[in-house]
Amino acid sequence: MDSALIPEGAKRCAFPKFAVGIAIVGAVVLWGVYAMLLCWFKGLNQTNMNDNYGFALWIWADLAVIAVGGGAFFTGLLKYIFKVDELKNIINFAVIIGFICYSSALLILAIDIGQPLRGWFIFWHANVHSMLTEVAFCLSCYFAVLTIEFIPNILENRQANKIPFFHHLAHNMHGVMAIFAATGAFLSFFHQGSLGGVAGVMYGRPFAVREGLLIWPWTFFLFTWSAAAFGPCFTLLVTKITETITGKKLVKDNVVHLLAKISGWMIFTYIIAKIIDTIYWAMVTAPGLGFDISRFYSDNSFYGYWILLTEIVICGVIPGLLLIMKSTRENPALRLVAIILGVIGVCLNRWVMVLQIMAIPVMSFDTWALYIPSWQEVATTVLPVAYGIILIAVTYRYLPVFPQEKELNSVEPAAETK
Amino acid sequence: MFPFNFEWAWDIGHAIFFGGFWYAISILGAGMTYCVLKAAYDTLKDGGGSHH
Repeated sequence: MDSALIPEGAKRCAFPKFAVGIAIVGAVVLWGVYAMLLCWFKGLNQTNMNDNYGFALWIWADLAVIAVGGGAFFTGLLKYIFKVDELKNIINFAVIIGFICYSSALLILAIDIGQPLRGWFIFWHANVHSMLTEVAFCLSCYFAVLTIEFIPNILENRQANKIPFFHHLAHNMHGVMAIFAATGAFLSFFHQGSLGGVAGVMYGRPFAVREGLLIWPWTFFLFTWSAAAFGPCFTLLVTKITETITGKKLVKDNVVHLLAKISGWMIFTYIIAKIIDTIYWAMVTAPGLGFDISRFYSDNSFYGYWILLTEIVICGVIPGLLLIMKSTRENPALRLVAIILGVIGVCLNRWVMVLQIMAIPVMSFDTWALYIPSWQEVATTVLPVAYGIILIAVTYRYLPVFPQEKELNSVEPAAETK
Repeated sequence: MFPFNFEWAWDIGHAIFFGGFWYAISILGAGMTYCVLKAAYDTLKDGGGSHH
């Protein structure tokens, strides 16, 4: 039915099977859209946000997808600026994942601001003393970069590429992609950093505040570093999931090993910096503000030392070590464990830096304020996941996303998989 | 956002924020303009038909 659109030489499942899959995930999208419309038409009273939680599940989801979407800017930086040529075999997919993550982040923000019709105020009436203004600027511009990086792949669709103008446009965009990638890296450095900086400058929140360099708290650098470190883990994880669902090998092992190795060293160096930062904060910064570290991890039913150990040791040190050692990195099962732990680790870090901050009592008369999101918040947070699955399915089916797919699957029987 | 907006001020904050913003927008705009114009030129040069 749609065979004329499928990349030449690629095998895809029958269209009805594909349509059923899309319809199932589409139902989840509709659930999320319904919740989103409730928030827009009835207001933010549909959420469980309150005076304690001005930042809640949405902002965690926002920071998490931006962190894991960091694989796009870091892979682009390595491919186009540092000329790591092997990564050309995964860069298309990294860009698509980044596009999904950043469009999801913008969608979540559009819901979170309550009145999306006033979204343009942040540009028109910008508060130039706010790190979040910088985040909004960089996020919007970087989404434009990702769109530009995505366009050539769309134009390489079998039918679109027959149109000479589109063919030349895709070719020319590839030619100057290094400029766009460098701009993307510049923008990513600042918005990833400023998201961390927001926590680090909360002087009224001793759990979050950090010293730093000039106007930038250490969390600014740790957030950028962690996004560059763990973003490629998410790219590898989604690639693995796609390979499992399609039943095909899509990227050669040497490419996966290389990206895993780079990610491993980034994680390892990041986690050393994170440990130093944590020790200094626990020994100097927090006590200097009159808070003992135990105050942040006791007298409540959820946040204990387990969350600190899980983030730093289980989901930081262990994946870092597994990915820098050749024997464990090249073991598919251990590599998968490492990248899953890495993705959980960076999401947990964002959770701590958004939600645990809000939960901890600051004043002597305060108590812990734990938070459970409403179903509308959950549905609108699941919405981008379902949208991402659909976009990956559609792009995989109709676009030449993986340059090595044909070579790696040329001798397979004609068994059709999604 | 623009110097003609009432709340605009010629200070370091506006210079850094909007300097960076317009710098990025200019690079993206110039890059895409170049790609589109060159694609149109290449298409016309090829007679609108062949791939290379």
